[in-house]
Amino acid sequence: MEEETELASSNKSWVVSAVGITLVLFAVSALLGFIIFPAAEGRESESLWASICRAAGLPVSSTVNTEGIQGTKVAIANAVPSIPPGESIGRGATLAQQCAICHGPTGVSRADAPNLAGQYPTVTYKQLRDFKDHVRVSAVMSPFAEHLTEENIQDLAAYYASLQRIELKTAKPGVAAPTIVVSGAPLRGIAPCGSCHGAIENKLGSPWLEGQSVVYLRNQLEAFAQGSRRNDVNEQMRNVARAMTQEEIEAAAQYYASKPHPPEI
Amino acid sequence: MLHSRKLILAHFWLAFIAFGAALLLGAWQMFVRSPLSGWISNPEWYYRSLTAHGTVMGYVFPTLVAMGFGYAITESSLKQNLIGRRWAWAGFLLILMGSVVAMVPVSMGLASVLYTFYPPMIGNPLYYIGVVLVVVGSWIWVGLMSINLRIWKKAHPGEAVPLAMFANVAGSYLWAWTAVGAALELLLQIIPVSLGLKSTIDAGLARVFFSWTLHAIVYFWLMPTYIAYYTIVPRAIGGRLYSDTMGRISFILFLVVAMPIGIHHAFADPQVGAGFKFIHSAFTALVALPTLLTVFTICASVEIAARLRGGRGPFGWVTALPWKNPIMLAVAFSFVMLGFGGAGGLINMSYQLDTTIHNTQWITGHFHLIFGGAIVIMYFAIAYDLWPHLTGRSLGSEWLMRTQLWLWFIGMIITTFPWHYVGILGMPRRMAFFDYTSPALQPEALSVAISAFGGFILVISGFLFLAILYRGQFGERNEPGSYSFAQALHMPQKVPAALNGYALWVALMIGLTVTNYGYPILQLALRNDTSVPAVYVGVQ
Ligand code: HEC
Ligand code: HEC
Ligand SMILES: [Cu+2]
Repeated sequence: MEEETELASSNKSWVVSAVGITLVLFAVSALLGFIIFPAAEGRESESLWASICRAAGLPVSSTVNTEGIQGTKVAIANAVPSIPPGESIGRGATLAQQCAICHGPTGVSRADAPNLAGQYPTVTYKQLRDFKDHVRVSAVMSPFAEHLTEENIQDLAAYYASLQRIELKTAKPGVAAPTIVVSGAPLRGIAPCGSCHGAIENKLGSPWLEGQSVVYLRNQLEAFAQGSRRNDVNEQMRNVARAMTQEEIEAAAQYYASKPHPPEI
Repeated sequence: MLHSRKLILAHFWLAFIAFGAALLLGAWQMFVRSPLSGWISNPEWYYRSLTAHGTVMGYVFPTLVAMGFGYAITESSLKQNLIGRRWAWAGFLLILMGSVVAMVPVSMGLASVLYTFYPPMIGNPLYYIGVVLVVVGSWIWVGLMSINLRIWKKAHPGEAVPLAMFANVAGSYLWAWTAVGAALELLLQIIPVSLGLKSTIDAGLARVFFSWTLHAIVYFWLMPTYIAYYTIVPRAIGGRLYSDTMGRISFILFLVVAMPIGIHHAFADPQVGAGFKFIHSAFTALVALPTLLTVFTICASVEIAARLRGGRGPFGWVTALPWKNPIMLAVAFSFVMLGFGGAGGLINMSYQLDTTIHNTQWITGHFHLIFGGAIVIMYFAIAYDLWPHLTGRSLGSEWLMRTQLWLWFIGMIITTFPWHYVGILGMPRRMAFFDYTSPALQPEALSVAISAFGGFILVISGFLFLAILYRGQFGERNEPGSYSFAQALHMPQKVPAALNGYALWVALMIGLTVTNYGYPILQLALRNDTSVPAVYVGVQ
């Protein structure tokens, strides 16, 4: 017993009023949003046109001096091939002889230079490129990266990745993980170190830290905190280090230095 | 008469099973970041769970409900068999496949990027491809809804499209257009980076694309609920729909203004100009209009039912309502939650007020109250109402259904009210861990614990719901007759042609997309200095 309903034939008045109302609403809100409110904010010496551009979101060229604070030029996502070409590791081994005095003949340093054996190839590649591009600076290390070619760097990354992460003599098992490593400090926006550096998750480009020397770890954290090292993508590591206390830096450095076995890749 | 019962049941069962699983994850999340549990020490587990919860609850569950309900509406309101049933099954299988493909990398921890994607975080490509498959599956449904309506119109020249179908197709068009934003983000930006073809991404542009989807997707979730308000509730409680025209106007208003307002989700983003934020804020205010129209019309319809049952007085009629009827109960709860949620929404949509609660737990409270509360409780009502027609068996005790609805309502209030409160205290959202021993967080501890209890109540209710439906599959055989929708009090003599088709409204929707989104998108797309390096998660 449904009632049949007919259709009215003409649509015209609906079209006119619907389009009309929409246009008026848009015009009014645009007038308010682009002209009246920005002008009312009253930035002196700003022309009407400039305030409209500002409301539209047109970026003005920044007056901040960005010279010298360029970040890394490396795109880490596809920095290194997932399987290096066959001869790469061999060529890398030859090149690595010049590095051995500091980084050790097996990629494990006896000085306080970082261990490279078993480091992720992306990390080694990125750090060498950053040294070469002067984005990361070290009086000791930089000169050795200067003359390396793109192919050299690829080969070195492949070579060090292929080395065993051998047992370290510095290992002191049993140092309890400090809170900053396990939980980070959420109130200060610090994620647990392991959410990038392994143990929880490995984020591409984050080096493993286990077994590096205390001195090296502490120096790097301090360099990030003070901004003298600034090659980390999107300031990921500087944001962490800046918010850490001196005690936390010390505790994290001691902990990672004491870890016996770097996890396998 | 429903012919494609198997198809509709398949959609509902998959929807509700996925819902049950995601509900458990949600409750676990509430628990582990409350003071009731110690720190799990691994935030990755939390974000993994959150990604699965959001992906299922946001994409899989409501899409399947809208689709299943849409097929039911097509057959019962147009009184014709569904055309393209094979295609419908293909759509269903795509969604099933997409869900599995997306959930495998998520459960392996390879795509803990949350359902809103958040570039420059980039997860495993299969996750995004799975989501795309789900959307493609739903687009098949959009096509079928349109085709079925067109064929019916050919066969019934000069007749008005029944309100249920009119609203259903409006919802499908809204979805078709609003999904385009996220689809562009996935296909042009995220998937190429995820596959390693590119290593930088314009995260700002991606967020603008996602905002294109993010507001109107909520209205897509809401469509089945509003259709139920207009076309199921009055019939189920023995009344009449107060106005058919009001319903049509509400649905076309949703179609026009639900989508070009999404930048209110990006009020704190620097890459969009303040002028556009203001325009979006102003148009967001308009979207309250169809909801207010609906609340008015449904209250009037409910009053008609009460007066038919002998209700008296300006307010006394409320007691004459059939409160034992689960549908009555559901719509009342739904309105209460819609009221509170809507009031909260007024804060979110206002460019200035938003700054006080932006990215706090207030927002999580808000959308759980609206979606999990007002909307989902009507999904339950729709299932209860349709089930006997789908299974040919009676659904059993109304007492159980009422208990289930009460538990959902109470659980949702207990979950979301403290959530709003801690949001005002400044508690951020999307955090895996809070150290409640810190003096700064102590005042929030009690509220968060209460909120977690609300989550447990929701789990009980959700599983009771599944149990009721499951039992319904084996209930007494009972031919429930043909499925029908509410009759209007006065059918309009003449339905304006504009309220019987979509061309004008779709044109306005696209027009407003161009005016409100065109410049912000082009500006970011054409500049070459807006990309940032991708941050790959779960890989090394
Ligand atoms: C004279 C000693 C010395 C030599 C030779 C040397 N390095 Fe270094 N290297 C260092 C020091 C010291 C650092 C730490 C720099 C800092 O403090 O920032 C370093 C850092 C590095 C790093 C960064 C590691 C990390 O985890 O961030 C890489 C990679 C590296 N060197 C590779 C090489 C390669 C390859 C060679 C040979 C071509 C080489 N080094 C030669 C001393 C040296
Ligand atoms: C958001 C991810 C993230 C978190 C969290 C994080 N780091 Fe880092 N960290 C990085 C990345 C990425 C690098 C490499 C930066 C670069 O590209 O040069 C790095 C580098 C370092 C380095 C220098 C290592 C080297 O050989 O060059 C140290 C030391 C370090 N992090 C310590 C920590 C500690 C301690 C914590 C916890 C308190 C921590 N990190 C938390 C991402 C993270
Ligand atoms: Cu919104």
